[in-house]
Amino acid sequence: MMGYLRKMGAIVWKDIVAELRTKEMFSAMFVFAVLVIVVFNFAFDLRVSGERVRQVAPGALWVAFVFSGILGLNRAFVSEKDQGCLEGLLLAPVDHTAIYFGKMISTVIFMLVVEALMLPIFTAFFGVNLFDLRLMLVIFLGTLGFAGVGTILSAMTAQTRAREVLLPILLLPVVAPVLIAAVKATAGILDGLVMSDIARWLQLLVAFDLIFPATAFMTFDYVVKE
Amino acid sequence: MKERNDRWLLALSALSAVMILIALYLALVGAPDADLQSETGRYAQRIIYFHIATAWVGFLSFFVTFVAGLGYLRAQERKWDIVALSSAEIGTVFMLGVLISGSIWAKPAWGVWWVWDERLTISLVQFLVYVGYLMLRTSVQDPARRARFAAVYGVVAFISVPINFIAIRLWRTQHPLMFGSSGGGLGPNMMAAFFFCLVTFTLWYVTLMWYRIRLECSRDDVEQLKQEIMG
Repeated sequence: MMGYLRKMGAIVWKDIVAELRTKEMFSAMFVFAVLVIVVFNFAFDLRVSGERVRQVAPGALWVAFVFSGILGLNRAFVSEKDQGCLEGLLLAPVDHTAIYFGKMISTVIFMLVVEALMLPIFTAFFGVNLFDLRLMLVIFLGTLGFAGVGTILSAMTAQTRAREVLLPILLLPVVAPVLIAAVKATAGILDGLVMSDIARWLQLLVAFDLIFPATAFMTFDYVVKE
Repeated sequence: MKERNDRWLLALSALSAVMILIALYLALVGAPDADLQSETGRYAQRIIYFHIATAWVGFLSFFVTFVAGLGYLRAQERKWDIVALSSAEIGTVFMLGVLISGSIWAKPAWGVWWVWDERLTISLVQFLVYVGYLMLRTSVQDPARRARFAAVYGVVAFISVPINFIAIRLWRTQHPLMFGSSGGGLGPNMMAAFFFCLVTFTLWYVTLMWYRIRLECSRDDVEQLKQEIMG
């Protein structure tokens, strides 16, 4: 077990070091998330203003997170594949599922960093205060669920002809529950509901966060084996 | 052997054709009028006999794709992949049928073509899953890898269906409840017509599956013959 965790940690560490050197994926994710917010401001500018901003804020926030997350997920395996590193990774004497969990954790870390930077920007642009501990929990659970499904599908699409194009098409219908629950919980928090009112959405997120990594754990071998 | 199978298939096709005709009669004429005020409403509700049966096949197909996917992952045999593919293709068409027939009913009943109601949304999401599944297949060249990827996606997407259903149900609902305990729903005579349609559509699905599987097998045969001639 310890060995497994160490191997997993090594993959996460490798991803972080590689990312710190190039900052390729991170900068793209961050700039794209900002652009999504800007596009939302253009798109809803005349319709929504003042108090009503509150109504579109949760949706805009999660669309920004999801789209930039897709950008990051696409790179997670495509970059390995392009450099021929995926084969090397698979030849390493580790259980293939350790690769899945390593990749998933590094994706979660990248997404969380982007999201942490987005919060103040979003707060400034939309004029709603997002600094709430419960909201952090929702963001964490939502990101985990998103990356859990996204990582296995990204491993798959990186090996197809369509690659980047295919990932959102496969991913979005499957993560629809995450999106619904996360947006609902976020809206509840912004509306000042008490914890028990948003508890069912949190339960749904937790269930999702457990079920899909478990499913991926069972099936990841089939995705990467030759 | 092959000829005898063909005879069975012919019989099955004839049986489904006859049953579809009977189902049409039952749905349009045989079943009693619904207890509704508006005349359009009374006519429009007759679509449910086919609408729900179509939805049933639409979701059943994906269950079959899921089971065949598991079968493929276990055994890595081509036959499982053929079943999964055939069922997914048929399911896509039926799911599209659900969306279209639902919209046709929604216009007179609700006054709009579409609302983001729970069952409409889940049907749309299911349809998009099917589309993704088929697009994934066309995007992978190597047959073994294609079958593996499709099987994995079939499993992952199938598991998401109930979670999606719960999420969307919590989110909103305004669909008429067909089998509620308190009022509404279907009367006994309507129930008979309804279940007849359900059986008919299931049989129709089996027939279509048979044709589709046969087609895929012939395609494999042709491929093999080509290989033999070429080299």
